[in-house]
Amino acid sequence: MGSHSHSDRRRFLMGGAALAGVVTGAVRSVRGQTPAPEARPRDNLAYGQPSRFDDTIRKTTGRATAISDTALMTPLQDLDGIITPSGLHFLMDHVNGVPDIDPQQHRLLIHGMVDRPLIYTMDELKRLPSVSRIYFLECNANSRPLRGPNGESVQLVHGRTSCSEWTGVLLSILLKECGVQKGASWVVAEGSDANKYTMSIPLGKAMDDILVAYAQNGEPVRPQQGYPVRLVVPGWEAIRSVKWLSRIKVVDQPYMAWHESGNNADTRPDGKGLWFRFELGPKSVITRPSGGQRLPGHGPYEITGLAWTGGGAVRKVEVSTDGGRTYKEAELQQPVHRYAHTRFRIPWKWSGEEVVLQSRCTDERGEVQPTIAEAAKNLRVTPDYFYEADHFNGIQPWKVNRDGSIQNALFL
Amino acid sequence: MRCSSSLLTAVIALLACVTALAQGPTYQLGRTPSEEDIKARDIAISPDGKELPPGSGTAKEGATIFAQKCAACHGPNGTGGGLVRGVIPLGNAKPVKLAFSLVPYATTVWDFINRAMPQTKPGSLTANEVYAATAYVLYRNDIINETDVLDAKSLPKVQMPNRDNFLPVQPGWKPGAKRPFGYYP
Repeated sequence: MGSHSHSDRRRFLMGGAALAGVVTGAVRSVRGQTPAPEARPRDNLAYGQPSRFDDTIRKTTGRATAISDTALMTPLQDLDGIITPSGLHFLMDHVNGVPDIDPQQHRLLIHGMVDRPLIYTMDELKRLPSVSRIYFLECNANSRPLRGPNGESVQLVHGRTSCSEWTGVLLSILLKECGVQKGASWVVAEGSDANKYTMSIPLGKAMDDILVAYAQNGEPVRPQQGYPVRLVVPGWEAIRSVKWLSRIKVVDQPYMAWHESGNNADTRPDGKGLWFRFELGPKSVITRPSGGQRLPGHGPYEITGLAWTGGGAVRKVEVSTDGGRTYKEAELQQPVHRYAHTRFRIPWKWSGEEVVLQSRCTDERGEVQPTIAEAAKNLRVTPDYFYEADHFNGIQPWKVNRDGSIQNALFL
Repeated sequence: MRCSSSLLTAVIALLACVTALAQGPTYQLGRTPSEEDIKARDIAISPDGKELPPGSGTAKEGATIFAQKCAACHGPNGTGGGLVRGVIPLGNAKPVKLAFSLVPYATTVWDFINRAMPQTKPGSLTANEVYAATAYVLYRNDIINETDVLDAKSLPKVQMPNRDNFLPVQPGWKPGAKRPFGYYP
């Protein structure tokens, strides 16, 4: 399954598509039938595009990362509601480029400690009962405090989280089809990117709510997000949600793959390490007004932002306009979905004075988002420990200056 | 008589149905892979190394392979791409981000080199080359000796320096369970 041969084939097909002309557009496929492979040139009519006046785009910190790493952050400050448009979904790749996969050639193999190993085509996966669920995906390195210009926008600090409506088959259905054997306790999931990205996931989660997703926000999952099929592991650090999924091996132990040990293990100041942290903590951030923006003058504004938690549903978001001395409960956009971004809103009047705006999330288990000082006290470290820590979910303060400019006040 | 026989048929059908629900596939989709299908794709190596292929290599042999196939990215001394950065204790004023301080088993290193290296042609190394390259990077990080031979038997026995300094993998994870203190942030 080399990606090189696929891209060669694609190039060939794209050449052929021009000759095929009218015929290309006429191919229609019913769910479960075989669509003809084709390359459709997409223009503004065939696939609608944003206004030329709109520059809502993903951005990178420009930080040189490890080999072939790409990091593009979602412009949270420019978005409304809870759904992230697919083209603006954050991208944080630990693989060797985005593979160009022909769905006709793609296969999902399930084997290991099962009674009946099975290979599925994409058409077969789409014949199985499907579900659509709204889930966020957040990188475990999201919200690491940043200094300097990169630290002044919600996009660059917190933009490694996105929320989509994912459609696919529950992994539990596939595992039941194969018949999981006694003694099995983990699954090892593998992608068909050049590096065959690998992750271990406890069987309990696999049998609970993990999706094998082929659609995102109503259309096929985008190549950068795992086309033609990926895992979506609700509420857990997004490194578990293996893209370009091609193999599930049912096993009796975690395999300690590179990206879940050497590259993504966590350490604590007490000398202990953690290989698996799975769930993300309760988090919220005000997306407007936020760092780098400027209020044009005093008067009425709406404070709005997003909250989410690996613990399930967001129960409450409180907003403070006095740096955390007092909090007021914000309105949550209904319905609140479990493991999804939750939009909060609260009206506010700016007097023109210097103020600090911040929000605090409480989830359905009663876990509360800490301030950076509280988090540091818990771990007995100084706050700058979190510059390089993962899973940081501290409260984000934004300071509104008298001239209306807004800056990151985490370390002010 | 007729009535009872159809009742019997119904009961048998029902029993068959229950049995099917208990262990059989419901949708009968997908195809059964051959042993070869599985073998060709089953490249993941577990910590006990039971999937490791035959072959062997030493750091000495690995140095040659490194110079030919790895140095272009990792540099002639292996200091590029986080490869040779040593191993330190986990207790630290800052989170430890050194790969070889965090890798629990040498099988992890073998597995990743085998599946993802070299970047220009992942998966192209022979088993002997992977054993040798693994031995070389372990040697360069002061984990094994230059002449130690790594093979399917010896590789899983390599003691990675911080293996015993990790908390046990969260056992028995259950949906909705509160996390123990220290698991976040």
